[in-house]
Amino acid sequence: MGSTGRMVVGAFGLVALAVGFLAVVFLTAPAAPGPDLARAKTSVKGLYSVAIAPETSEPRQGDLHSWIVTVTTRQGTPVDNASFTIGGGMPEHAHGLPTSPEATAYLGDGRYRIEGMKFSMTGWWQLKFGITAPVGADEATFNLVL
Amino acid sequence: MKGRLLTKLIAAAALAAAMAGCSDADFTDAEKRTIASMALSALAPLPADPTNRFADNPGAAALGATLFFDTGMSRDGNVACGTCHKIDRQFQDDLPRGIGVAQTNRRTMPLAGVARDPFFFWDGRRDSLWSQALVPLENPLEHAGTRTSYAHYIKRRFGERYERIFRPLPDLDGLPTSAGPFGTPAEQAAWRAMTVQQRDGVDLVFADIGKAMAAFERSLVHAPTRFDRFADALAKGTAPAGDAVLSEEEEAGLRLFIGKANCSTCHTGPRFTDNHFHNTGVPPVAGLPVDRGRIAVVDEVRADPFNCLGKFRDGGEEACGELRFMQKSSPELVRAYKTPSLRGVADRPPYMHAGQFATLEQVVDHYVRAQASVEGETEIHPLQLSDRERAALVAFLKTLSD
Ligand code: HEC
Ligand code: HEC
Ligand SMILES: [Cu+2]
Repeated sequence: MGSTGRMVVGAFGLVALAVGFLAVVFLTAPAAPGPDLARAKTSVKGLYSVAIAPETSEPRQGDLHSWIVTVTTRQGTPVDNASFTIGGGMPEHAHGLPTSPEATAYLGDGRYRIEGMKFSMTGWWQLKFGITAPVGADEATFNLVL
Repeated sequence: MKGRLLTKLIAAAALAAAMAGCSDADFTDAEKRTIASMALSALAPLPADPTNRFADNPGAAALGATLFFDTGMSRDGNVACGTCHKIDRQFQDDLPRGIGVAQTNRRTMPLAGVARDPFFFWDGRRDSLWSQALVPLENPLEHAGTRTSYAHYIKRRFGERYERIFRPLPDLDGLPTSAGPFGTPAEQAAWRAMTVQQRDGVDLVFADIGKAMAAFERSLVHAPTRFDRFADALAKGTAPAGDAVLSEEEEAGLRLFIGKANCSTCHTGPRFTDNHFHNTGVPPVAGLPVDRGRIAVVDEVRADPFNCLGKFRDGGEEACGELRFMQKSSPELVRAYKTPSLRGVADRPPYMHAGQFATLEQVVDHYVRAQASVEGETEIHPLQLSDRERAALVAFLKTLSD
């Protein structure tokens, strides 16, 4: 093999290696930064601190389950006369929740039970809580990835 | 020289592919997890049905099986559940629309695994397997019978068995031979003329008939197929061999199904269904009455006297979450139909809620084009799939049959 031939082959090898390297970088790089998955946050207008947690274990796809939503004022005083509207869905699929969950019980200390939640698909879900209490109306949106 | 160059190129390309972990024959770890989640072996045990305390009673299931195949349970003596839900045909009938006493407007649904669903029928207008069974019995196009006729029939043919399993029969002496809320005008009048107590007694026997049939239907399960053997091998990290092998085309179809073609967003889990309702833009059949899908039956299932919140339920109200918290008014319910399981699908054309498509090729074509819905919005978006990719999807679906 002549030296030009060897150089051509070598160059191809290098290119292939570079492609391989790029492929590794590309495929192992974290996907586009996901949604904010915080389960405690300040409501949009800043009236409330809102925290959510599944009542028992982390929800599984297709299971009807409950969440506990804890609402306090920014100063940390439990809010005990709140009413809720609950919405949401899958932003990437442009559909809403498969059920219509409701706040069914006040458990004290600003804690409310939300029954009837279901995630029928895996993927990115949003839960939007409209909260109305004597302090005022506000809302908070949470992201979940199943 | 040329030959060595080619060899080096191929080796380099293979190396690059191997380093990226995505050679054609390999699935990524995420794909492997998804595939494992679709294997029949990943199916959880059948949950109890506390609303039917006879659900796992063998005597009730045996009586239910007898009734399921008994043509005596119909007005003309010719129709049983098994007439449409054929035991050797995946409990369906290969017709675009089921035919009982007359032709219905929907396709007969296969029944394997049905006990796992929260709602029944294409539009989900019943919320339990036992309340579902009562509908065809009184539907004038299906069994076309009446409640008192069924109660009399049970007493005459199965009285002793019934009482051993359920409870003493109510006093049926002197009750009309055929009366019920959905019969002929004369039968409806006869039903109204009965006392509340008489009607309640008959309704209880009627609900028990449904509970027996439901107990039987709980035994209908999916059989594992080549896809399951493949998925199990993949999960174990062993090379699929023998009757666990998928061809390259079938693997390509599987990769599309859980990837670019988005099928597994709805056809998910071991049963290939999310148990929910979707508008997928399936066109109506010309000449049939307007069919609006789930939105049209929201009130019906909530008002059904045999639903979970009614007095025929066993156990506590905590079992009624699906009904209490069902979606009641969303625009997404317009022309939304239940996602069918795809197990065994290649062996039971035609497809969709009224048998709209004759072949799997037509089904795939429907998803590729994603035509607009006649009413409401389809959730399907057009797909870019080559002819080879379409064929691969169909080839994959066939692995759910053998
Ligand atoms: C005339 C044919 C016919 C007869 C007879 C019949 N069915 Fe069906 N079955 C159908 C059709 C058609 C559907 C879908 C109807 C709809 O969505 O409106 C269906 C749906 C069902 C479903 C719902 C399945 C699902 O996935 O939601 C069950 C369960 C069922 N039938 C059980 C029975 C039982 C039990 C009987 C006897 C009491 C029976 N069927 C009698 C044709 C029939
Ligand atoms: C948005 C949810 C959704 C997606 C995504 C989806 N399906 Fe479906 N599929 C359904 C629903 C709902 C039906 C029944 C529709 C009807 O009868 O109107 C159905 C019906 C079918 C049927 C007919 C089964 C039968 O028994 O009639 C097949 C086959 C099928 N889908 C395959 C696919 C394939 C392949 C893909 C991906 C290209 C796919 N589906 C994507 C929801 C979906
Ligand atoms: Cu979705």
